[in-house]
Amino acid sequence: MHIHKYEKWWLTFGITCLVVFLTVLGISAFHAGAHPPSAQVYINQEHVDEIAPFDNPGVHKVEGKEWDYEVVVVASAFMFSPMEYEVPLGSKVKFIATTKDVVHGFQIAGTNINMMLEPGYVSEFVTIVDKPGEYLVLCNEYCGVGHTAMASKLKVVDSNAES
Amino acid sequence: MKQSFVTESGNVKKGETVDKRDAKLAMAHIYVAMTALLLGGLAGLLQVMVRSGQFELPWGISYYQVLTVHGILLGLILTTFFIFGFQISAVSRTAGTLSDKQRRSGWVGFGVMTLGTAMAATMVLLNEASVLYTFYAPLMAHWVFYLGLAFVVVGSWIGGFAQIARYIQWKRENGKQPGPLLSFMVVVNNLMWVICSLGVAIAVLFQFLPWSLGLVDRIDVLMSRTLFWYFGHPLVYFWLLPAYMIWYTIIPKIIGGKIFSDALARLSFLLFLLFSIPVGFHHQLTEPGIDAFWKFLQVVLTFMVVIPSLMTAFAMFATFESVGRAKGATGLFDFFKKLPWGDVRFLVPFIGMVAFIPAGAGGLINASNQMNQVIHNTIWVTGHFHLTVATTVVLTFFGAMYWLVPHLTGRVLTPQLNRLGIIQGIVWTVGMSIMSGAMHAVGLLGAPRRSNFSTYGGSEQAVEWIPYQIAQAVGGTILFIGIALVLYIFIQLAFFAPKGQQEYPIGEVEENAQTTPMFLENWKMWVTICVALILLAYTVPFIDMFQNGPPGSIGYKLW
Repeated sequence: MHIHKYEKWWLTFGITCLVVFLTVLGISAFHAGAHPPSAQVYINQEHVDEIAPFDNPGVHKVEGKEWDYEVVVVASAFMFSPMEYEVPLGSKVKFIATTKDVVHGFQIAGTNINMMLEPGYVSEFVTIVDKPGEYLVLCNEYCGVGHTAMASKLKVVDSNAES
Repeated sequence: MKQSFVTESGNVKKGETVDKRDAKLAMAHIYVAMTALLLGGLAGLLQVMVRSGQFELPWGISYYQVLTVHGILLGLILTTFFIFGFQISAVSRTAGTLSDKQRRSGWVGFGVMTLGTAMAATMVLLNEASVLYTFYAPLMAHWVFYLGLAFVVVGSWIGGFAQIARYIQWKRENGKQPGPLLSFMVVVNNLMWVICSLGVAIAVLFQFLPWSLGLVDRIDVLMSRTLFWYFGHPLVYFWLLPAYMIWYTIIPKIIGGKIFSDALARLSFLLFLLFSIPVGFHHQLTEPGIDAFWKFLQVVLTFMVVIPSLMTAFAMFATFESVGRAKGATGLFDFFKKLPWGDVRFLVPFIGMVAFIPAGAGGLINASNQMNQVIHNTIWVTGHFHLTVATTVVLTFFGAMYWLVPHLTGRVLTPQLNRLGIIQGIVWTVGMSIMSGAMHAVGLLGAPRRSNFSTYGGSEQAVEWIPYQIAQAVGGTILFIGIALVLYIFIQLAFFAPKGQQEYPIGEVEENAQTTPMFLENWKMWVTICVALILLAYTVPFIDMFQNGPPGSIGYKLW
C-alpha cells in the first residue's frame, strides 16, 4: 500500500513519541511502583463493621510495615467514618477504605489520592503526605440524593512547627 | 460564486440523490435527535444554573434526575439517532437505494429504539431511574428503565444490520472491487457498535433486568461496571467515527478537493475498530479488584488509537493544502486563506477538528494510568467530553445537517441560513470555551463531576471552586442560545426553506492514488483480530472476577 513520504515521516515521529510516552508511564508504574489503586482484597460488605481493620476506622500508627500510618475509612450513604483525621507531615500513609452499600468515591481534593470504593472490595493506596494543610475529602461518585453532603477532612500537620 | 454552497435547482445529477423513501427514514431519526437536543439541552442549562449556587430547581425536581435526562438524551439518543439518520442516507447515496426489506428493517429498528427511549425517559421523569446514564449498580432503577435501554440497543442492531445488508448487496452486485468508501466506513462503525454493545446487552439482560425484577437478589458490581465500560469507550468512537466519515469523504468535496487516500482512510477506520474496544479499563483505573498489570495493558492498547488519529490529521491537512495550492496558494501556510471559510458546511466541522486537538490531548491524560488519579471523576472529565463529543462530534454533525436535511427534504440551504449557521458555530465555540475551560481548570483543583452545588460545610477548597462554577453557568447559557439557533435553522431547513435540490457532497479519490488493496475488506480477518484483542485484554481479569469476586450486592434506591 502506498504511503506518502511526508506521511511516513509524520507517523514515524508520532509513533516514536507514543513509544517514549508509554515507556515513561510503564517505568513509572512497574519500576517506581506508581500504580493506581488496584488492590485485590475482598470483604463482605454487609459485615464491614465487624471486620478488621474496619471495625476501628481512624488513623493507626503501625510498625514493621513499609508505611508508618494506616488511615482506615468506611464509607456509607452519605458519610465517611471518621469525619476528621490527622497525619504527620512527611509520613508514609496507607489509605484503606471500603463501602457498606453503594459505590462511592474517595478523593482528597487537590491530591492524587483518588479511588473508587465498591461494595465487596477494599481499596488501598500508599503515599507520602508531603504538603501540610487541611484537605477536603469528598465522595466523587454519585451515590444518591445526599451525595454532596458526603465529605470529611484530612489534616496534614507539621509537628515540628507546632512545638 | 458568492453563493457557491447552494446548488442551483436541478443541478444535482441523477443517481446522486438519496431515494425519497430512504430520505424519509433518515429524517425520522433526525427528528428524534433534534427533540433530544432540545430537551437534553434544557436539562443541561438547568444543571449549570444549579451548580452555580444561584438557582434551585422548582417542584421537587432533583438535580440528579435532570443530570440523568441530560446524559441519556444528549449522550445516547441525540448521537445514536443522528448517526443512524446520517448513515442510512450515506449508504443509500453511495451503495444505492435500500431494498424494501432493508428499509423495513430500518423502520423496525427505528420503532424499537424510539419505544425504548420513551420507556427509559418515562421512568426517569417519574423519578424511578435517577441513576445517571452510566446506571452503576447497586443503585437500582425501575426494570422498565433497563428494558427501555435494552430496546434502544436491540433496535440499533436491527437498524444497523439494514445498513450492512445494503453494503453486502452492493458487493454481490459489483464483484471484486472495494465497496464505496463511505458505505465501507458505515459498515466498520456498525460492526464496532454491535461488538461493543454486546457488553451492555449482556449486563442489562443477564444482570440488571433479572435483579430489578426481583428474580435474583444480587448483582456483581464490578462485573457490571466492566461490561459497561467494555461498551462505554467504543461508544465514544461510535460517535466520533461518523464525524470522521464527514471529514474524510465530505469535506474534500465541499472545499473543492479530492480524498487524499482511499486505502489509508479505510485502514484508519479498521484500526479504530481494533483499538477502540479492548480498552475499557482506562475508565476503571482507580477501581479495586482489577490487577495493575491488566490495567496497564489496556492503557497501552488505548494509546494505539493515536495512530489512526494521526493518519486522519495528516489526511485532512494534506487535502486542505492541495486544495489551497490548486487555487494558487504559495508559501507554507497560505493555503489556509484559500479555504471556503464563509461556507458553514466547512467552517463548523473545521472548528470541530480544531477542538479535537486539546480534546485529544486531554484524553491522553485521562487514559494515562497513574496520571488518571489526579482527574478521575473530577469535572475535568466532563470538560473533556464536552470538547470531544459536544464540540468535535456535535459541530461536525451540525455542519453536515446544514446540507443533509435540505437534501433529504427537497429544500436548499439559503445564504441567510448559512450566515446564521456560522453565527451558531461562533456562539458554540465561545460558550464551550468558557464552560469547558472552567471545567478543566477547576477539575485540576479537585472539584468533582456529577455533583450538586455544595460548599462541603464551608470548606476553603470548595469555596475556591465557586467562581469557576459561575463561569460554567455563563458558558452553558451561551451554549443554550447555540442550541436554540440550531433548532431554528433545523426547522427552517426541514419545513420552510425554499424548495430545490441541495447537493449531497461526496468526495472523489485523487486520480493518481494507488488502488485500494483488497485485504482491507477481509472482514473475517479484521473481526478475528478484534476478537483476539478483546480476549487478550479481558479473559484473565474476568476469570478473576468470577473466581475471587465477592458475593454481589443487593439493590439500593437512594434518591
